[in-house]
Amino acid sequence: MPEERKTVINRIWGLFASVKFAIVIFSLIALTSVIGTVLEQRAEPARNILILSRLFGESLGPTIYKVFDAVGFMDMYHSWWFRALLVFFSTNIIICSLDRLPRIWKLVREPIKPLTAEQIEKAGIRREVSLKGKPEKVKEGVTAAIKAIGFHYEEMKEDRGYQFYSQKGNYTRLGVYITHLSIILILIGALVGISFGFKGFMNIPEGRSYPVAFSPSASLDPGEEQDRDRLLRALEASWGNVAKASGLLGIKEEDLKEKLKRYGIQPLGFSVRCDDFDVEFYENSQMPKKYTSWLTVIEDGKEVKSKAIEVNDPLTYKGVTFYQANYGMIPNAPGWSIMKVTSASGASEVKRLALGESFTIQGTKIEGTIRDFSPALSFDKQGRAFTFSEMMNNPAVFVEFTEAGKEKYAGWILKRYPETWRTPEGHTVQFIDFWGVQYTGLQVRRDPGVWIVYLGSMVMTLGLFIAFFMSHRKLWVKMVEDKGSTRVYIGASANKNRAAFERKIQKMIIFLRKRQGGGE
Amino acid sequence: MDSSVFFGISTMAYIVAMIIYITYLAFRKGGIGVAATTVTVIGFFSQTMAILVRWKEFYDISGMGILRSVPLTNLYESLIFFVWCLILGYLIIEFKYKNRSFGAFVTPVAGLALAFIDISGVSKEIHPLIPALQSNWLLAHVTMSFISYAAFALSYSTGLMYLIVKTDRRSQGAYIFWTVTLGIFITFLFAMGLDFLTFKVTVKPEEFIKSYLFKASFLHPSGAVKVLSWISMAAIIFAIWRFGLILRAVIEKFNISAEDLDEITYKSIAVGFPIFTLGGLIFGAIWADQAWGTYWSWDPKETWSLITWFVYAFYLHGRMLRGWRGKRVAIVAVLGFMAVIFTYLGVNLLLSGLHAYGGLE
Ligand code: HEM
Repeated sequence: MPEERKTVINRIWGLFASVKFAIVIFSLIALTSVIGTVLEQRAEPARNILILSRLFGESLGPTIYKVFDAVGFMDMYHSWWFRALLVFFSTNIIICSLDRLPRIWKLVREPIKPLTAEQIEKAGIRREVSLKGKPEKVKEGVTAAIKAIGFHYEEMKEDRGYQFYSQKGNYTRLGVYITHLSIILILIGALVGISFGFKGFMNIPEGRSYPVAFSPSASLDPGEEQDRDRLLRALEASWGNVAKASGLLGIKEEDLKEKLKRYGIQPLGFSVRCDDFDVEFYENSQMPKKYTSWLTVIEDGKEVKSKAIEVNDPLTYKGVTFYQANYGMIPNAPGWSIMKVTSASGASEVKRLALGESFTIQGTKIEGTIRDFSPALSFDKQGRAFTFSEMMNNPAVFVEFTEAGKEKYAGWILKRYPETWRTPEGHTVQFIDFWGVQYTGLQVRRDPGVWIVYLGSMVMTLGLFIAFFMSHRKLWVKMVEDKGSTRVYIGASANKNRAAFERKIQKMIIFLRKRQGGGE
Repeated sequence: MDSSVFFGISTMAYIVAMIIYITYLAFRKGGIGVAATTVTVIGFFSQTMAILVRWKEFYDISGMGILRSVPLTNLYESLIFFVWCLILGYLIIEFKYKNRSFGAFVTPVAGLALAFIDISGVSKEIHPLIPALQSNWLLAHVTMSFISYAAFALSYSTGLMYLIVKTDRRSQGAYIFWTVTLGIFITFLFAMGLDFLTFKVTVKPEEFIKSYLFKASFLHPSGAVKVLSWISMAAIIFAIWRFGLILRAVIEKFNISAEDLDEITYKSIAVGFPIFTLGGLIFGAIWADQAWGTYWSWDPKETWSLITWFVYAFYLHGRMLRGWRGKRVAIVAVLGFMAVIFTYLGVNLLLSGLHAYGGLE
């Protein structure tokens, strides 16, 4: 088509089909992303002004900040122009692939044909072997050699011999397109997640249950806060069921949803209870080994699922996933000591005791009373007990023992040190947990697109593997009678990784020689 | 023996090998080449032992499974693993291509990384894993990332050599590019050597040093030393630029063609790219998804991995454009490895420094 007659659409198509355009887009995405890593995204303005002042000096920093801010660099991955870049990028991949696919498809589907001697002469890889005996006699050996390197061949009878021809891996030409498709899949998955999912968090105290997750919302005035708390109570009463909650409140379901959205409240449709939270430490160290939350899902008042979640091992229910994110202490929570009391005779029971409450060791008159609690007990040089942290790094209870009303002994019992659980009489008073004073912090997410992203990742891995490690290989073997013996002409080609195919061909020849004898 | 003895032997071996390889490059005597290879192999075995011993030490301390004790949990261990992969890859190539000329380019990278470990004051202690790091995805992520980094390091060496062989005029853009790149690289090597010396001499070992990198040169408290450092860098770059053609003559004497160099560069990237995509990006994302509930959050480390990925995608596609084959894509291959280094070290050392404020925190 002459240049002038090219329509605008043709030109745009040509632009988006070109690899040149692709590497311009690669560069633009890479370069703008660099700026996005230097500036802190979605941070307080002061932080980025400071960064820019460090880089460009006190006087220029604030001005440059204003310029960058106006262009959207302070939240650049969500800016319109970065999204436009991603759209160009995807369009580029799609059009470029569509543009080339018909030609590639033809190469893939094209059956292999026998070649003339001159054509074989021109093949990328060439070998010649002489074998003793006429073609009819050595034919079997040649075909066995072809099979030995894994080719299924077609056969043609020729004037003075035969030709075998074969191809393998024609579909591997699609590897590149599979890779490109996977990028589109991943982007679609991300888009689905952004459009139909949500992210939030919830801090659940031990023993409590919540029907909602929270996400950051605009600041509310006192009236709105009251309204929000009213909605929360209704949701709690209905176990997170929005339809029921709107009935309780006497407002329309849509209105309730609208309000919840504004207040940054995401109803789950069920409730999640934190039965317990625990930090496990490495032996003799303050290094945490494991954070565990025992969660129970409650739907319509019924317990439907329980799981102990850890970091790297979340709970999923109805598409919503709960991740162990953090934890903390609840201010002024009373708390209960959970004690497992085992008498020397072996009788054992678990008790839940508030501060000041008592237990008796079965079959004895010994009574213990919980007098004090420390979340992180340590002893100073003089042997005095003190608390070194507000977190539960080394929980301990102080227990006073009496027998028949008379004081016996008293001391600290530590959760992490079993040697403190024994009494002189051989009873065991195990301090299992101080319960009700911690909350677990959960990251909550629903992302219906994540499976598309994972699928895309798998497809990408497959595509890259095919694109780089497999190739389309063609093989022609022509046998010609030559004064009672046979000359074998071998021609072969590979669209990639020729050296590896050449070694294969060499293997075939060695196989042939071993079987038939003969020389170059 | 504990692992540090073996590490010491391997570090020494690589530094000695670097010197022998460079000598070999200059004199091309077969015996010298064999000596260089022997020393490298000794270093490699010693390092393998070191890694195994450290694995055992870790296993004894953590009290968790074998897989949870793989020594790949911090900067120190991952750099060691990177050097190990790099040397392994190099030995394979030396064996396959029957050519020792890359040795002089690869062992300095190994030396640089190991010297960096000593100077930067990264912690060598064994710490059991905190909960977020207890993930098989993370293990696969780190292992594969470093295998790909090693492949990229090889492509960096051969890409640079390709540029050296392919340029013959001082005014050529590609010539200026490789001389400046190599100049900066060598300056940093020197600066680290300087750090290394002053660090050993003046700082008490019991003092905890967060980072001592470039404190003896570019980041010295005295302004004069700072200026001197920059002048030295300029002088080194100038010297390489002025006498670069000699280096070219040396490499040319080797029976390695520019085409071979180009092919090894491509092959290394063709191996590195899929491994990086799967291990570096995908497994990293899966781990983040399992641990934090988000597979991509645009944090600087993630973003720099993506930047690296795009640079290598640029390389792969650039090769298909007529005017870009050869020198231009070799430049992209060299830039790609710089992005790798920045992803691994720059993000932690430079960006986090830029983002840390004390007052505002
Ligand atoms: C970052 C995104 C991309 C990735 C990861 C990617 C990946 C790949 C890979 C691995 C190859 C094979 C290269 C080789 O064998 O050396 C390839 C080839 C190719 N890519 Fe991409 N690609 C991307 C984006 C694009 C875009 C936007 C275009 C649009 C023009 C494009 C066009 C091509 C073409 C035309 C080929 C050669 C196809 C052939 O050999 O038949 N790629 N791509």
